[in-house]
Amino acid sequence: MSAVAQTVSRSKAGGRPQGLRLLLNNRLAAAGLVVLALMIAAALAAPLLPLADPNATAPADRLLRPLSEGHLLGTDALGRDILSRLVWGARVSLAVGISATVIAAFVGSLIGLVAGYAGGRTDNLLMRGIDMVMAFPYILLALAIVAVLGPGLLNALYAIAVINVPFFARNIRGITLGLSRREFVDAARLSGKSHLKILTTEILPNVLPVIVITMSTTIGWMILETAGLSFLGLGAQPPQADLGSMLGEGRKILFNAPHVSIIPGVAIFLLVMSINLVGDGIRDVLDPRLRSGALTRPVARTAIELDDEEGPSSRTSGGNLLDVAGLRTEFRIGPTVHEAVGGVDLHLAGAECLGIVGESGSGKSVTAMSIMGLVPTPPGRITGGAITLKDEDLLAASDERIRQLRGGAVSHVFQDPLATLHPLFTVGDQIAEAITAHQPASRSQAWKKAEELLRLVRISNPAQRLDAYPHELSGGMRQRVSIAMALANDADVLIADEPTTALDVTVQAQVLALMNKLRREKNASILFITHDFGVVSAICDRVAVMYAGKIVETGRTSEILAAPAHPYTRKLIDCVPVLGEPERRLDAIEGLPPPVSDLPQGCAFAPRCPIAQPECRAQAVELAPLGKERAARCLYPLTHTTGVSADG
Amino acid sequence: MDERAAPILELTKVERIFGGGRTLFAREKPAVHAVQSVSLDIEAGETLGIVGESGCGKSTLARLIVGLDNPSGGTIRFKDADLAEIARRDPAALARRIQYVFQDPVSSLNPRKTIRSILEAPLIHLLGMKRAKRQERLVQLMDAVRLRPDFLDRYPHEFSGGQAQRIGIARALAAEPEIIVLDEPVSALDVSVQAQVLNLLAELKARFRLTYVFISHDLSVVETISDRVAVMYFGRLAEIGPARSIFRNPRHHYTRLLLRSVPVPGREVSIPETESAEMPDPYDPPKGCAFYPRCPAGDALCVSRQPPLEPAPGSTSHLAACFHPGSVTGEAAG
Ligand SMILES: Nc1ncnc2c1ncn2[C@@H]1O[C@H](COP(=O)(O)OP(=O)(O)O)[C@@H](O)[C@H]1O
Ligand code: SF4
Ligand code: SF4
Ligand SMILES: [Mg+2]
Repeated sequence: MSAVAQTVSRSKAGGRPQGLRLLLNNRLAAAGLVVLALMIAAALAAPLLPLADPNATAPADRLLRPLSEGHLLGTDALGRDILSRLVWGARVSLAVGISATVIAAFVGSLIGLVAGYAGGRTDNLLMRGIDMVMAFPYILLALAIVAVLGPGLLNALYAIAVINVPFFARNIRGITLGLSRREFVDAARLSGKSHLKILTTEILPNVLPVIVITMSTTIGWMILETAGLSFLGLGAQPPQADLGSMLGEGRKILFNAPHVSIIPGVAIFLLVMSINLVGDGIRDVLDPRLRSGALTRPVARTAIELDDEEGPSSRTSGGNLLDVAGLRTEFRIGPTVHEAVGGVDLHLAGAECLGIVGESGSGKSVTAMSIMGLVPTPPGRITGGAITLKDEDLLAASDERIRQLRGGAVSHVFQDPLATLHPLFTVGDQIAEAITAHQPASRSQAWKKAEELLRLVRISNPAQRLDAYPHELSGGMRQRVSIAMALANDADVLIADEPTTALDVTVQAQVLALMNKLRREKNASILFITHDFGVVSAICDRVAVMYAGKIVETGRTSEILAAPAHPYTRKLIDCVPVLGEPERRLDAIEGLPPPVSDLPQGCAFAPRCPIAQPECRAQAVELAPLGKERAARCLYPLTHTTGVSADG
Repeated sequence: MDERAAPILELTKVERIFGGGRTLFAREKPAVHAVQSVSLDIEAGETLGIVGESGCGKSTLARLIVGLDNPSGGTIRFKDADLAEIARRDPAALARRIQYVFQDPVSSLNPRKTIRSILEAPLIHLLGMKRAKRQERLVQLMDAVRLRPDFLDRYPHEFSGGQAQRIGIARALAAEPEIIVLDEPVSALDVSVQAQVLNLLAELKARFRLTYVFISHDLSVVETISDRVAVMYFGRLAEIGPARSIFRNPRHHYTRLLLRSVPVPGREVSIPETESAEMPDPYDPPKGCAFYPRCPAGDALCVSRQPPLEPAPGSTSHLAACFHPGSVTGEAAG
């Protein structure tokens, strides 16, 4: 995590200019920007341009066609120069639209900020008011306001601003509400800041991009709405020109002199269109979700691009239920390649539990997710190795076959059960669905089986609980439901990624006991990812310790705990307090793991290793066997005989 | 710990109820008793650990102690003054003396502020320090939490969890408080980083003569760092006493269950309980002991009323709220 954070920050160091470049990269937005810039420039320069007086009537010259002498775009019914009126009119329309947006944004954001931050009664009161405004049809409300205030450009401006206030208020309130619950607001209070200060210096900077996004996407509509009111004769009053009133005046003579209405129509279209294109562009640049490409939907299975020619399954030892050999998975983000998994070998026999331990970011989850192709692509891809399940090559299997195996022979339990459970379906529906997807069972049979499964995972009142929605269950119960789901089709392999990390100790103990029992009774193998050696010792037969994308030590749990061979394993064990040994000094591992996008040439642990030698940094260190089922990736393993430390 | 010095913080029957009251239509709104009748003292210079499972009221209690929230009942006295009173009259005065370290190091730092402006806020608003003095103090603070001073002009997203938590600790230290309430300060950190932060906390405590209230659900961490431990269950104190005594001779059945549930390397998993581990309905709390449905020693007495918090025989400092503290199958940890 930190590794990625650091690389991201580095590439972002460029700051602002990058935003503009991104905007220009978006071709539509760039085109919009050019058109808009031209129109704004013309509107701003109107007094300087050699234009005819927009309001000077000349009945003799009425309804001249475009391109006639002295009148490039012709004249209207009163003989006024259309080009001049267009430029001056655009000036008015832009001014009104922008002012209305600024007013609506200011008032709306203020209401949103106050409502979201104060919460409670204030929030209720303000938002009910906003709801009332929103209860009226949009344009009717504007008409009603103008009807009350009387026609006129300024009143039209107020009307447009008022009807757009709720839009800002709701958006900003939502964001503010979320931000106010964040801990940094409490922290600011404890730093002595007043509410007003917190609102202006802590919350506002976080909300500002949203205000800008909202403004840039609404300003076009506001100009359109102003034009609408003027078109109906409620905005700009004759003789003043604005784009809407020009359109309105031309309407009556649409058939005799179409140019009088078509020209302002096209101008409105170009203006609004260009503003909206630029607005969308700005939103794309500012919205971090869009920028990270998170909205490009990942494909259903990890891309596989084996680029090493070792030949698949050349190294699998055979006879195992699951075999992973030389697995490599990487993430390509921009120009950097994160080698999240750099050549991992694993095997799992029937009814065996293998633990994978290591710090976060060491590649445990990516290893586990690679097995069933669950690593998101983009940016992830499997670039090497072989994965065999019961002699079947999983990397060569069809997508259809993988879909069958997922939730069937191989199932997953994740740290956050809400990630697997759909919030809108009952627990029973979801388990039954998992069953019927893989077995020919009728709905009632599936429902019966679901009930049995809930009983199996020790949920009391299973028949009733089937009708519960996930949010109605406690965290521990939800995790038991996801285990029940994982067991629905008698999986051979259960991949559990930190399934108990978010649970309380007493619940964790129950879930561990449950998994242990199921393993014995159902003969399932478990790949158990955790960072807790206590948990490992409770459930795992063997352990693999991962560091920077590679396995650095593997062996039987009891042997590794009693006498770790790799200095990293030793440190990892020593830095965790153990219940009943409060006097033991915690031996912290200083420093951080290396970023997987920039691994050192030699041993990846060398920068933090207390016994590192120059040789360690020279070249890659191989995983070397150290006896039966035991191996370590270290040139100077802490051997059991030298007695480096006192073992328990 | 025999007869104790005058406490720096004294909680008496503290209570916090969320919700409740009536709606516009005079219907009663459901109320949750997040903290109920908690009485405890904190002595200057000690570390009081608070353990219990999620939702048992630990964080609510912590927020009451730093004045981020007000008790619905009972009193908290800080050196003979009413804490809620100070919090209302002069929040800055309270913040100068009691500070807080948050659980989620990343969410407790404003993503749009530099570390400098985050750490300067308490110096400006609490201490009214001048610019030149501030710079000096910032460097001291960064040094105290072992971060390089050139990190000051970076933004929070550029830091790892452990580094971010050190910044959170530096912010709490900035105003030179007497008490720091730490709410699960290492739970969000990687095990390797946990040890770094725990060691740092121990060092800072000795150096600045701090008093810690250390909240955690991790019993081994609490055992390592605490002088005294309070065990909470369902908003109430189940047991409180010297750490050693609580961990060696627990007197509440919930404490026993907790201790047995912790996975310890080399110890077999024993299913610690057979039935559901659900807590009672918070909207409808039981009249008697909340732990009764899970307790192996409960009887009719336990359902009839709340067990009072009473000292163990021969000890004034170890108290438990249990009617049958002795009668168990005798399987303590350690
Ligand atoms: N979707 C993703 N996009 C980019 N990088 C990722 C993604 N998922 C994981 N990584 C990176 O891969 C590496 C290994 O991550 P992971 O397997 O989640 O570690 P662990 O499970 O051991 O905590 C980390 O550097 C992580 O940041
Ligand atoms: S190879 Fe060298 S640097 Fe790496 S863990 Fe072993 S001794 Fe340490
Ligand atoms: S009071 Fe009764 S139910 Fe509660 S812990 Fe003690 S023995 Fe168990
Ligand atoms: Mg993980």
